[in-house]
Amino acid sequence: MKLPDLTELAVRNLRESLLRNSLTTIGISVGVASLVAMLSLGIGLQQLASRRLMKSGLFDTVVVTSRRDLRNFGREEDRNAPAPGESRILDEPTRLEIERLPNVQEAYPDIRFITELRYDDKPHLTTVAALPSSARSNDAFEGVQGHFFSSDTAPEVIIQKAFAEELLGKTPKSGLDETNVAELAAPLLGKELTMRYAQREAAQAAPSTAANGKTTASDDQSLGAAAYSVVSRELKLKIVGVADLDPESMRGPTRARVFLPLELAESLHVMQPTDLREISRAATDQPIYSSVSVRVKNPAEIRTLEDAIKKMGFNTLSILDATRSLQQFFAVLDLFLGIFGSLALAVASIGIVNTLVMAILERRREIGIMKAIGASDSDVKKLFFAEAGAMGILGGIVGVALGWAIGQVINLGTNIYLKHQSLPPEHFWSVPLWLVGAAILFAFLVSLTAGLYPAGRAARLDPVQALRYE
Amino acid sequence: MVSTDSSPRNSAPTVNAPAIHTEQLCRHYRMGETLIRAVDGVTLKVRAGEFVALLGSSGSGKSSVLNLIAGLDRPSSGSVFVQERDLAQLSRQELARYRLHTVGMVFQSFNLIASMTLAENVELPMRFAEVDRGKRDSLAREGLARVGLQARMNHRPSELSGGEQQRAALARALINQPQLLLADEPTGNLDSHTGTEIMNMVREFNQQLGMTVVMVTHERALAERYAQRLIFLADGKLIGDESNSAVVAKTAPDDARTDGVRA
Repeated sequence: MKLPDLTELAVRNLRESLLRNSLTTIGISVGVASLVAMLSLGIGLQQLASRRLMKSGLFDTVVVTSRRDLRNFGREEDRNAPAPGESRILDEPTRLEIERLPNVQEAYPDIRFITELRYDDKPHLTTVAALPSSARSNDAFEGVQGHFFSSDTAPEVIIQKAFAEELLGKTPKSGLDETNVAELAAPLLGKELTMRYAQREAAQAAPSTAANGKTTASDDQSLGAAAYSVVSRELKLKIVGVADLDPESMRGPTRARVFLPLELAESLHVMQPTDLREISRAATDQPIYSSVSVRVKNPAEIRTLEDAIKKMGFNTLSILDATRSLQQFFAVLDLFLGIFGSLALAVASIGIVNTLVMAILERRREIGIMKAIGASDSDVKKLFFAEAGAMGILGGIVGVALGWAIGQVINLGTNIYLKHQSLPPEHFWSVPLWLVGAAILFAFLVSLTAGLYPAGRAARLDPVQALRYE
Repeated sequence: MVSTDSSPRNSAPTVNAPAIHTEQLCRHYRMGETLIRAVDGVTLKVRAGEFVALLGSSGSGKSSVLNLIAGLDRPSSGSVFVQERDLAQLSRQELARYRLHTVGMVFQSFNLIASMTLAENVELPMRFAEVDRGKRDSLAREGLARVGLQARMNHRPSELSGGEQQRAALARALINQPQLLLADEPTGNLDSHTGTEIMNMVREFNQQLGMTVVMVTHERALAERYAQRLIFLADGKLIGDESNSAVVAKTAPDDARTDGVRA
């Protein structure tokens, strides 16, 4: 029998026992809906996590350090690399070189130092870090009170919520941090902070270089300029913003709580820990960076970039590994959600078997007649298959729609809840097109499998017996 | 046991090979402990174009013989040849094709599919035969017109009288132009008037289309009125084979025609 005839007969047979077949199809729909709902939740959560991470700047950033950096000593992966003493230093030409690598959006020096900030004549010691203007799009500044730096050189600071609390003399509560940033920001915005810092000043002007006793290696011409003095300075900075979230959560204990515009920070020539280490090598007053942050255009190819930078002789650090385990986590989550979702479909497929076996009993005579007038075993088998398949496709389509609707409702409900909690709405439910296709196909295949036994049984029916049956 | 080998003494010379030929045909089956010999060594030849009645009381094995000829059942032993093909040797698939193209069947209880209209019922064998969609409509229409049901095409069987249902069943049996018409008590559920009407149609197909007809009945009078030959069965065995001279004489002039292939 040809496919159009098969389909036509199958559909008309399904219509004959409308109630029973509808119930079976609804069973499949519910199964597919639960599968779609589960998987789209998994996919949605994964997308949400990726989106969050992406915006947080963790995903797309590679931190480059020199092998000479203390932090890198003894790292296993470096055993084969050049010894720290022979490796390159991370200076401005290197930064520019890194910036020219493919897939690099920007490479900016990490300027960070621990220093004293005075507010209301009280000193506060904290880590200060410089931020490039691109950090404006960082997720952490989404809910910033006040505004981002007005320019890259403006004498302005953004402070982190915890530091704001410290400035105001409030002790951060343990447990859930419910403090309203807006409340904290109100008395602070527009106020001045005085930052004290150690400025490194090139000392070529001072003729007394020899006096510091470093002339012993006079054959090394670079050493001549390697001297500098350190001068204590003060700078008044205006508080322009208070950030709710922690923009540097990835850095753990070294994270900063006060942020300066990058160019301003560079112009200050603040004494960096590396300056001391590299005192024997620093040829010019060109700064040497302890680390350079590299932002990539395409996070998917972050590994290629890391390899390229490693080839240049530096160490790299990204949370690629973390994202990889995150992906692994979501793969497992999706798998489990899929299994749970499929359970309902498995139950529904038993419904198909039941319905079709019932149909065989009911249509025994009809099958006998069809065989008597020339239907072959395979015609009968295909007809039952077609009925199972039709229920599967129909159930799949209705199920996908149902699953999507369930997702929308839960999305809506959750967002209402989030709104009540004064949290921004999130879109964590996603039904991608491939899932729609795959779910319908899966329902179809499951239904066909469920139809195997009934179809085989119908095909083997003895026509003489079937015709005798009343 | 009576052999039918010498039976066609009455009719025209047998130029054709027999349309149906059974040889020591047996169909035994087990029901609990007892072995039922539904058909027990029947040897029979039916010429092409012949109208044969299988007579016997219920349980005589006449329907079982018909089912074996129809390819709905397989012999336990012996053989059935239809147009020189041994049905016992055919695969299930080949047997289905044989039923589809060579045999048309009508039953006592009509066996139309209740959920389909008459047109759809008649069309069904053409679906199995994969006849073009476009041709099927007109063929089904013609088929129903031939049995006088053109006005009832879109009715379901339950909306029709028994006689009309049997006419539709006849139209369905003939739709793939078979050479063999097998009828199992075709008038059993009909009153005598409609029974006659149906039998006249069957005779017409036999005479005008040259179809070989094998009819199972327990009504001797009916058989004598229409069949050229009466074969008697009892307990699965063939107990008598008579030429029906009254009918043979009437139809003799037509016997010259060949194997029942329709125009």
